[in-house]
Amino acid sequence: MKTAVRKITERYGKDKTRLMDILIDTQTELGCIPREATLQIAEDLVMSEVDVDQTISFYHFFSQKPTGRYKIYLNNSVVANIMGMKEVVRTFQKELGIKFNEVTPDGLAGLYETSCIGMNDQEPAAIINNRIFTRLTPFRVKEMVRDMKEGKDIDDMFVADYGDGQNRSDLIKSVVSNNIRKIGPVLERNYKPGQAIEKIINMDPGDIIEEIKKSNIRGRGGAGFPTGLKWEFCRNAPGEKKYILCNADEGEPGTFKDRVILTELARLLFEGMVIAGYAVGATEGILYIRYEYKYLQQYLESILQTARETNYLGKNIQGRKGFDFDIRIQSGAGAYVCGEESALIESAEGKRGEPRDRPPFPVEKGYLDMPTVVNNVETLCAVVKVILNGGDWYKSFGTVESTGTKVLSISGDCKFPGVYEVEWGFSVNDILDMVGAAKEDVQAVQVGGPSGALISPDEFNRILGYEDLATGGSLIILSNERDILTDVVLNFTEFFIEESCGSCSTCRIVPTLLRNKLMKILNARGVKQDIDDMLEWGKILRASRCGLGQTAANPILSSLKNFRHLYEDKIQKNKEFDSGFDLNAALKEASKATGRVTII
Amino acid sequence: MSQFVRFTIDGTECMAARGQYIVDAARENGIYIPTLCNYPGVKPKGSCRICTVRVNGRLMTACTTPIADGMAIENEIHDIVELRKSIVELLFVEGNHFCPGCEKSGNCELQALAYRFKIMVPRFPFQFPLRKIDASHPKIIKEQNRCILCKRCIRAIRDEKGRSIFAYRRRSNRVEVVVDPKLGKQLTDELAQKAMDVCPVGSILVKEKGFITPIGSRKYDHEAIGSDIENVQITKI
Ligand SMILES: Cc1cc2nc3c(=O)[nH]c(=O)nc-3n(C[C@H](O)[C@H](O)[C@H](O)COP(=O)(O)O)c2cc1C
Ligand code: SF4
Ligand code: SF4
Ligand code: FES
Ligand code: FES
Repeated sequence: MKTAVRKITERYGKDKTRLMDILIDTQTELGCIPREATLQIAEDLVMSEVDVDQTISFYHFFSQKPTGRYKIYLNNSVVANIMGMKEVVRTFQKELGIKFNEVTPDGLAGLYETSCIGMNDQEPAAIINNRIFTRLTPFRVKEMVRDMKEGKDIDDMFVADYGDGQNRSDLIKSVVSNNIRKIGPVLERNYKPGQAIEKIINMDPGDIIEEIKKSNIRGRGGAGFPTGLKWEFCRNAPGEKKYILCNADEGEPGTFKDRVILTELARLLFEGMVIAGYAVGATEGILYIRYEYKYLQQYLESILQTARETNYLGKNIQGRKGFDFDIRIQSGAGAYVCGEESALIESAEGKRGEPRDRPPFPVEKGYLDMPTVVNNVETLCAVVKVILNGGDWYKSFGTVESTGTKVLSISGDCKFPGVYEVEWGFSVNDILDMVGAAKEDVQAVQVGGPSGALISPDEFNRILGYEDLATGGSLIILSNERDILTDVVLNFTEFFIEESCGSCSTCRIVPTLLRNKLMKILNARGVKQDIDDMLEWGKILRASRCGLGQTAANPILSSLKNFRHLYEDKIQKNKEFDSGFDLNAALKEASKATGRVTII
Repeated sequence: MSQFVRFTIDGTECMAARGQYIVDAARENGIYIPTLCNYPGVKPKGSCRICTVRVNGRLMTACTTPIADGMAIENEIHDIVELRKSIVELLFVEGNHFCPGCEKSGNCELQALAYRFKIMVPRFPFQFPLRKIDASHPKIIKEQNRCILCKRCIRAIRDEKGRSIFAYRRRSNRVEVVVDPKLGKQLTDELAQKAMDVCPVGSILVKEKGFITPIGSRKYDHEAIGSDIENVQITKI
């Protein structure tokens, strides 16, 4: 084992900042990262064991114990559950005879839960040995377990045809579907790679930034920061080296549009990174991609290789002297918070994905403390179109405050879940018509993921845009049959608990307390005071360091605002206080052991 | 650019040397902003959030935000004081803090803050987590029941090669601070003492040294936390 690990650390020049890659390769090679490997890595990188361990133990997809020859991850997100995940879970558990976080005694398979894997339009879905399985049914699960017992290769376990577009390509071969249902200026088919790069090499970087500013495009990752301004800050920041990081972490439950862009328009994205590099004076780009999308990595590498071979990446790009830019792919290892830009940087440096204190902002001090632009996948794609067609053209789409288009990820209770590129400014009502939702049956729409808003039908005339409903692009449609408090609010709150990096006291502690309050209400032990407490306690989270903590109470606060009656129906009307403590339940085990009956 | 910056704290005109954090700039002006995870001489990591202030309408941590010209800082404002008090209470209910039996009682900053904020009973339910005590190291005891995860020890204590002796493990509400099995065994007396001193609570204890200073003559037995800052006479320029 020692030599195997040594080889890996040497592959990355024993560079601490590449610890993520070292750990991923180690796990690929050994199936998990046993203590012996950790000690070897620590020795090679001149770190202590706990230094290495703090990174390993942060990420969900790293295992320190053997996980079985088939490592099965089932998605526990809201949409997976409403699409039938519970039956799928039950079948896996029954067929394999194990529960979550267990491995079969013969070492065949291990079963694990995971947060949203970006397949909401084709749930229930699973990741098994880095391959994606979609639209699972209990029957399919039985087949798959049978295949596992027969020792089939993971790639031979697919029974359906591969998905559409590049999902069929030799380097992907996946059953994932794109479900692109509406195209616009970003997703359009006529894109010719390289044109924008050919155009910019004759432009002054300052003019590029001006054009981007003129387009008024704002970041598509959720925060909506003006892209031109971000680039300008980075360009003007002093630093020997500058970096462009593309944020393809896409961890917000309900969002999957970046996955589709990566599959179909990788060249467009890389072209956007090159343009950003030219504009701010960066020579290196990093595509930080979530571990769930590992199945795309080989394909993406090949696209990069093609771009290099044709000199759209590399040195003196397209003959422009001194214009050097290359891109490497950095995989994450399972942590939603790594989508936060400074956590993403920490992670790309091989560390725990803990957000940094700001200021300083990444544009001043980012990757390796150098000025860094972090942009979303979609932002970088849209930028190419701005360069090709001009800022004024781009402004002709959308509204005054929200220019251009937005690629939406739509899932839940509707006929046509998938990816839609629409101009900003459509109302939720319009969207519901577009995706074939039975409007009279829609109870609520979750806009912008767990950190966004849960809106009720009387707000369906609100419009998507920075001026009203700002969103990173996800809409989850919930029909009348859904139990909002249990299926949605509780699920999202638990998501935030699980995904907190744990370093702010507020974000580490409060969501758990809120979840317990919610459970008390769901268990019919709630009183009005509990609702008031949730409203008060939720405010404390605003003092958290990053957006995760700051919005972790949103599922509760937003549903309390728009669906308060659901809570009120559940609380006890004639009681002012209830400790929530169930003496009989607490004594149950003791009573059983002693053979006594509790009578209180 | 002038070497000094002008700003206000709760309306009071202040002045301080440029290039320092808000907490330190406030201290120069005799104003105490409560801190817990911050430690002099160690790079700040805003993890406890107790030093939260409002600057031009936005919440920020005073230990990590550099002071800037014209900042209007809100410090002793009702909702901010209430927020800080909540945070102290949160830290109490998150762990198991039985102060009367604690070696650090009287020297504990968490306890001192609770006194300062006049906390009688926390508004949150106690979580009573099951946590372990790690006594496997020759020089120190790591008492997990009392760890408030402030990261002071992680940031302040390293070996000569820059390797961590204390580190976070896991994430979310399962995060804990652990001691390196090997380096923990090699701790010098000096580093062990430093670790105990750096820890704001009684989570790192040097073995057999817990009661060297008797209860009753400890740091916060006679004066409130922060009073040293507030009692300094400032000569206004
Ligand atoms: C908890 C959290 C998760 C985030 N996840 C993502 C993500 O998956 N993808 C993304 O582009 N931005 C994400 N963001 C926003 C980023 O911090 C950042 O604003 C964005 O990547 C900037 O790119 P843009 O300006 O192009 O939108 C997240 C923010 C937070 C607080
Ligand atoms: S808010 Fe939560 S996720 Fe963000 S830095 Fe703080 S603890 Fe980490
Ligand atoms: S041991 Fe002490 S210094 Fe270290 S994190 Fe815990 S409370 Fe902070
Ligand atoms: S003292 Fe500033 S966040 Fe802890
Ligand atoms: S008195 Fe605070 S931890 Fe012991």
